[in-house]
Amino acid sequence: MSASSPALRKKTSAAAKARPADRVFKFLSTAAAVSIVVILAGVALFLIVRALPAIVANWGKSSELSGGVTQGFSSFWAYVAPLAFGTVWASLIALLMATPVALGIALFISHYSPRKLANGLGYIIDLLAAVPSVVFGLWGIIVMRPLLIPLQQWLNEYLGWLPFFSGKVTSTGSSILTGAVVLAVMVLPIITSISREIFLQTPKLHEEAALALGSTRWEMVRLAVFPYAKSGVISAVLLGLGRALGETMAVAMIISPAIIASFTIVTEGQNSQTIAANIALSFPIASGLQRDALIGTGLMLFVISLAVNMVARLIVSGNSGKKSKKKKKAEVAPPADEVSPASADESPVSVLHPRGHEASGATEGVTE
Amino acid sequence: MSKNVNVKNLNVYYSDFLAVEGVSMDIAARSVTAFIGPSGCGKSTLLRTLNRMHEVIPGAHVEGQVLIDGDDLYGPGVDPVTVRRQIGMVFQRANPFPTMSIKDNVLAGVRLNNKRISRSDAEALVEKSLRGANLWNEVKDRLDKPGQGLSGGQQQRLCIARAIAVEPQILLMDEPCSALDPISTLAVEDLINELKDTYTVVIVTHNMQQAARISDKTAFFNIAGTGKPGKLIEYANTTEIFNNPTVKATEDYVSGRFG
Amino acid sequence: MSAATAERTGSRNRLTSGQLPRYATLYTLAASIVVAAAIMGLMGFNWIGLAALSALIYLIAITVLSSVVENRRRATDRFIRGLVTVFFILALLPLISTLWTVVSKGIGVMSWSFISTSGGQSHIDPKTLELVTPQGALQAIVGTLEITGLATLFSVPIGLLTAIYLVEYAAPTFWLRRVVNFLVDVMTGIPSIVAGLFAFSLFTLLMGPKAFSGLSAAVALSVLMIPTVVRSSEEMLRLVPADLREAAYALGVTKFVTIVRIVIPTAIAGIATGITLAIARVIGETAPIFMAASFTDSFNANPFSGAMQTLPVMSYTGYKFPGQDIELSNNLAWGAALLLVIIVVILNLIARLVAMIFAPKTGR
Repeated sequence: MSASSPALRKKTSAAAKARPADRVFKFLSTAAAVSIVVILAGVALFLIVRALPAIVANWGKSSELSGGVTQGFSSFWAYVAPLAFGTVWASLIALLMATPVALGIALFISHYSPRKLANGLGYIIDLLAAVPSVVFGLWGIIVMRPLLIPLQQWLNEYLGWLPFFSGKVTSTGSSILTGAVVLAVMVLPIITSISREIFLQTPKLHEEAALALGSTRWEMVRLAVFPYAKSGVISAVLLGLGRALGETMAVAMIISPAIIASFTIVTEGQNSQTIAANIALSFPIASGLQRDALIGTGLMLFVISLAVNMVARLIVSGNSGKKSKKKKKAEVAPPADEVSPASADESPVSVLHPRGHEASGATEGVTE
Repeated sequence: MSKNVNVKNLNVYYSDFLAVEGVSMDIAARSVTAFIGPSGCGKSTLLRTLNRMHEVIPGAHVEGQVLIDGDDLYGPGVDPVTVRRQIGMVFQRANPFPTMSIKDNVLAGVRLNNKRISRSDAEALVEKSLRGANLWNEVKDRLDKPGQGLSGGQQQRLCIARAIAVEPQILLMDEPCSALDPISTLAVEDLINELKDTYTVVIVTHNMQQAARISDKTAFFNIAGTGKPGKLIEYANTTEIFNNPTVKATEDYVSGRFG
Repeated sequence: MSAATAERTGSRNRLTSGQLPRYATLYTLAASIVVAAAIMGLMGFNWIGLAALSALIYLIAITVLSSVVENRRRATDRFIRGLVTVFFILALLPLISTLWTVVSKGIGVMSWSFISTSGGQSHIDPKTLELVTPQGALQAIVGTLEITGLATLFSVPIGLLTAIYLVEYAAPTFWLRRVVNFLVDVMTGIPSIVAGLFAFSLFTLLMGPKAFSGLSAAVALSVLMIPTVVRSSEEMLRLVPADLREAAYALGVTKFVTIVRIVIPTAIAGIATGITLAIARVIGETAPIFMAASFTDSFNANPFSGAMQTLPVMSYTGYKFPGQDIELSNNLAWGAALLLVIIVVILNLIARLVAMIFAPKTGR
């Protein structure tokens, strides 16, 4: 064949254009990437366009805004403030309960359970994340509400001098506490799976060094694992918070609210309301401008959860430089002897992914 | 089939970093040329410029000329894809395609380049390439099994078979034996000896005995220090480089005094 | 040496001294359960109380025992070990309880006719002259499948191509890559109800006030699904060794063919798994569909116009906005929830299977 092999020059200037598939494909994938920018800009734009009339309106004078679901508020900000408070408040309580348990589970899976079981146990916890939120809502109504009434009565009776447990105790269980317990169950798998990944990334050498000094397992965890995982765990918790802030159904179905800023967590009808639940409950019965007001609150929710997510990622990227960039699956990927396009930019951030975190449990199958 | 290579005043860059400076050398057709030198001296980088694999890395570029039988690889309008079809490459780590069988691995170059090939031609090509890589007898009964099921040495020979199946004029090898045990290394070295009857072979190696055993000519590269560009120090017949080098640094290196 | 060994054969190994016997944990646990059961017997029995009390007694007992026999460091270690185990079991309780509740409540209405007929307005049966409300979930099943299918159709090409752009085309420091990377993170954090509001705003601005449709819901779900697909595909593509790309380039294979014939087939198991899990995630979304497609009891298979019912929304509205027969509405809600859970579990199993089937075999 070589005898007839054409000189390189003969295939010259036409060569690049002779491969349209290459150019079309590059164009398509670039277009897809650009479409992400467009979609996100669209989300922000359409929300702002719809919400603006309600944000700038004079709520006292507008007949529409002074009635219905937005009754009794002087302005958009007076309406959204207690809701924003309620959103953060309910999420924080949920987080307070979920974090220690989630970290305990992550530690159990990564450092205490038998290695052979670790994967399966992780999968079971991930199953919790797969349960649709509406199902958790139903479960909360049927199971958790009655179950928690005695506890709440007890808290109200004996710890009622604390502002959180004061007020008229709930008789149905539709309190923030019940909602927060269900929320806690829902954010648990996220915090667990991210922390688990990070715990597993602890350099083996550090762990072995600690064990070789005669540490017990817990001392090894405290000496080697926690310092290494600190920033990752903080952002895992923040991402859990992000998830809790946006959760709608469980809260809308369980908590019996009022649009007020209140610290009480065992009452009903006087609980703070969250933005998401308020939208879900009020939207079907709201009229035009009221809907715009609700969309405005949605915009605020977007801003709040965006801020939380950004802080979480900043913490990670601020720290990733210090850490070894080796990921758990580095055995499969090639060691980058030379700077190669595929391995140039690996950061642990890809682990930190609320909605897609299950995928990391499914990496088996790529090469070998 | 085989062609000669003339490198003229070549500078190789990673972005702004000058990795290899001012290399000029002539590589004859149907010969084995070995690149030796300490780690980081730019010998692998230079090898990768010979089939324009270098520019796969973002920001990498060259100045100067590489002529293949007089045609400039880096001339205006030359398509790197066309270049690579004519100049094959074998890498440090065996890298058979994990989704393909042994047979499909050998045919990958032909099939992926959208050439239609009849079943009988394909079978003939597979046998010819695998025989060329001294692998036929070991795998002829399991051509449909995955390529990754082979041993390390077999995988590397499979990669050589894959490279020669597209009938390149020049074969570049980047430390092909560094991950292999001595027996597999011997098999690959025997193979290189046979390959030079048909191909121009350029091989990068860290193993000086290997360079001495298999190459006709040897190029010694060195680097003045970290961050400095690698340079071609001496290029001559292998026997001369190893027995009677003209430059002191070469003598120090081949006698094991540094590096 | 051998004499010394022989001397000690009778006595205990000195390396085990000062330690609790091997099965101490099990004995303590058993004792804790017995004690807890006894206390429960006095106070009135319930399973949750028993479990909680046993765990508490066990934690205290093992810590005290260990600090007496062993030392404080070991006691702390045993306490923590017990604690994380208890936490793990604690997390299993809601999972088991949820699944059990859904199955036991939903199984009652589950029947072939529930799946194969659609619900609708109550009407008077002309023969018996009784008020009949058709009970079925067909409209919701069809709606769920169509909306999720459309969302997948939008999200997978955009998500996969974006991942390919990020991994294969964009230089690490290129501005578009940084921007897209950042925005995918932003998108990941969009609360699902905001995605619903976006679709609602978009369609009402474009098509007027009554713009509820399955398409609108699919757009909302896509906003949630795209970042998931991008990130999981990106991760899988990055796992493909750079060696393989180089091997293909060195054979003179073009970039497009390398990506389509080498990179994607190598990563396909992971990509498919990621996509399946993304589907499983959005199929259970309630709020955005509720905003964008509203809800209805009547059958509507046209995703381009009119309200559409889905399983999660049916489950929600059955509870929140019940019909005249509240008990019936609640039962239908549980039935829909059970169907939904079944679909999600099946999708998760498919994801596992896909990962196993497509995994390249070594054949060794």
